[in-house]
Amino acid sequence: MSALIDCRNLTKTYEMGDTTINALAGVSITINQGEYVAVMGASGSGKSTFMNLLGALDTPTSGELQVAGNRLSQLNADALADFRSGSIGFVFQQFNLLPRTPAVENVALPLVYAGVPAAERNRRALARLEQVGLAERSHHHPKQLSGGQQQRVAIARALVNDPAIILADEPTGALDSRTSEEVMAIFDQLNREGITIILVTHEQDVADHAKRQLVFRDGLVVEDRS
Amino acid sequence: MNLFASIRVALVALRVNFLRSALAMLGIIIGVASVIVLVSISEGTKRAVEAQIDSFGASLLIIRPGSSIFGGRRGGAGSASPLTDLDVRAVREEIAGLSGVSGEVRTSVTAVFGGVNWTTSATGVNADYFDARGWIVDEGRAFSAAEDESGRRYAVIGQTLVNELFDGASPVGQSLRVRGQPFEVIGTVEPKGETSWGQDQDDVIFLPLETARSRLGAGVRGPTRDPVQTIYADVSAGEDTDRVIADIQDLLRIRRDIAPGAVDDFSVASLAEFIRARNETENQLGLLLAVGAGIVLLVGGIGIMNIMLVSVTERTREIGLRLAVGAKRRDIRNQFLIESIVLCLIGGGLGLVAGIGGTSVYANVGQLDIAVSPLIVGVAVGASLFVGVFFGLYPAQRASRLNPIDALRFE
Ligand SMILES: Nc1ncnc2c1ncn2[C@@H]1O[C@H](COP(=O)(O)OP(=O)(O)OP(=O)(O)O)[C@@H](O)[C@H]1O
Ligand SMILES: [Mg+2]
Repeated sequence: MSALIDCRNLTKTYEMGDTTINALAGVSITINQGEYVAVMGASGSGKSTFMNLLGALDTPTSGELQVAGNRLSQLNADALADFRSGSIGFVFQQFNLLPRTPAVENVALPLVYAGVPAAERNRRALARLEQVGLAERSHHHPKQLSGGQQQRVAIARALVNDPAIILADEPTGALDSRTSEEVMAIFDQLNREGITIILVTHEQDVADHAKRQLVFRDGLVVEDRS
Repeated sequence: MNLFASIRVALVALRVNFLRSALAMLGIIIGVASVIVLVSISEGTKRAVEAQIDSFGASLLIIRPGSSIFGGRRGGAGSASPLTDLDVRAVREEIAGLSGVSGEVRTSVTAVFGGVNWTTSATGVNADYFDARGWIVDEGRAFSAAEDESGRRYAVIGQTLVNELFDGASPVGQSLRVRGQPFEVIGTVEPKGETSWGQDQDDVIFLPLETARSRLGAGVRGPTRDPVQTIYADVSAGEDTDRVIADIQDLLRIRRDIAPGAVDDFSVASLAEFIRARNETENQLGLLLAVGAGIVLLVGGIGIMNIMLVSVTERTREIGLRLAVGAKRRDIRNQFLIESIVLCLIGGGLGLVAGIGGTSVYANVGQLDIAVSPLIVGVAVGASLFVGVFFGLYPAQRASRLNPIDALRFE
């Protein structure tokens, strides 16, 4: 069985004037279907860069990357959009919900671009909100929700397309420890249901939820513990 | 993403920045409104002019002594020898392509009926006059050519006299006194209303030409026998007016002994041409104003582009998010394009309302018959659609070319 995520010698460099930053300096790693991975490391070690490459939000400088059967370097812009739409669910530290838009519409947004009809969108979005325990908040706007609730809406949005992989970059970074636990409980449950989860965190107790921990330093994976 | 959903997103975005959207629309509103007002007015004026030409007789030629009828300097009108009945007959008999020729003399008289006095224009004409000038007899009859020549004291009167002297009752068969002499009213003519310069065309008594000359001395001056002041000649449908004018000029030059190379001491002109020519300058003014309105529209479009660029910048993170959840580049482009089009169409719609309002105010104040034609409405909508697409495309393209991660990280 081939791995769900397979990266070979992945690099990402940024040219800043006459200095070159090696955000990723050659990462080779495989992640299988159903894994629960925590990505750790000091600030600036390349964690977000790595996540963005996995989700095709950014392109590597060199190296090979295969995700869910797609060789990302060979996909054009439209195919990358289809890939993000079909295979990936993103959760961001800052939630990134659309303001002045009810929770249910925020959750349904990916379905809009997947071409799902309105009634079906609504039905599926409500089901996902229910799954994260926010069914009765479906018509609240982000401003009317707590940070934890907003992040749960964002998770529902990430789930709505039934992605193979959830990529969460510091999903608890803006939350207190109690709400963090609530959010992590949802990730635990999703992983039990078979969804592959990769999350970035600075906190060991958050990382302890995962079954595998990758530690980055200076753009390289320096530790890979299961 | 379908069109309806995109329009909804656009409307929400516009409502969020209501004041800014309204200000951005202002240029479009003013541009479209002024285009509509200007075009409507110019169309209305054109219609009024054509109506006026019709009321004079669209194909009417006017022949007068003196070198120029129009433009205020009727050079030598007094000195040039008058036209006469013989000229009328010559034109009638020798010029091909005319359907009616009549001489005309005028004098101011006081008409009396039942103790009421009314000062009006007594106009002596030949029998052909009514057809040539488009006067329609609506009661009684006009006089015949024979009655005209025999100098009968018949009168055909305009609506103003019917109202002023007869209180609107039928005057046919009544006897009217003009300069103390009795005239039998044999007919009335349909009203034509005022000319654009405010002269009441219906304030008139038509008499047989010979009668007017011999009984009232109309047009008589100097030793010339049977003078007429003006000859009206109606060009038949399908005839070449310029050719007819040239023929008449040739004929009169011979009759009046004008040496080759010398200037005509008479003039032959088409009234319709004159009125159209005068209106031409007004049209040019209208064109100039339309160009102005176009520039307003252009400035409005630049305003739209500016506001759309601001909107794209403000919503960079939103664009990043949409890309992250699967939006294609064309989805983003269409979203902003639709937003710009919606903005312009709303502006265009408001401009349309303002334009129609402005036009009807102008029509009321100016007592003009102006209507906003469906074509203009189409042009207004088309213009705002065009502005929306043209000036929205660049901002929309810019939005769609954003790199997902750069857009998401944008602050
Ligand atoms: N757009 C960019 N331009 C220039 N340098 C960048 C850019 N994005 C990231 N970097 C650099 O790449 C390196 C890795 O950044 P990255 O965001 O992956 O770190 P991180 O591990 O996520 O850090 P943190 O824990 O603070 O989020 C950093 O040195 C950062 O400054
Ligand atoms: Mg980071």
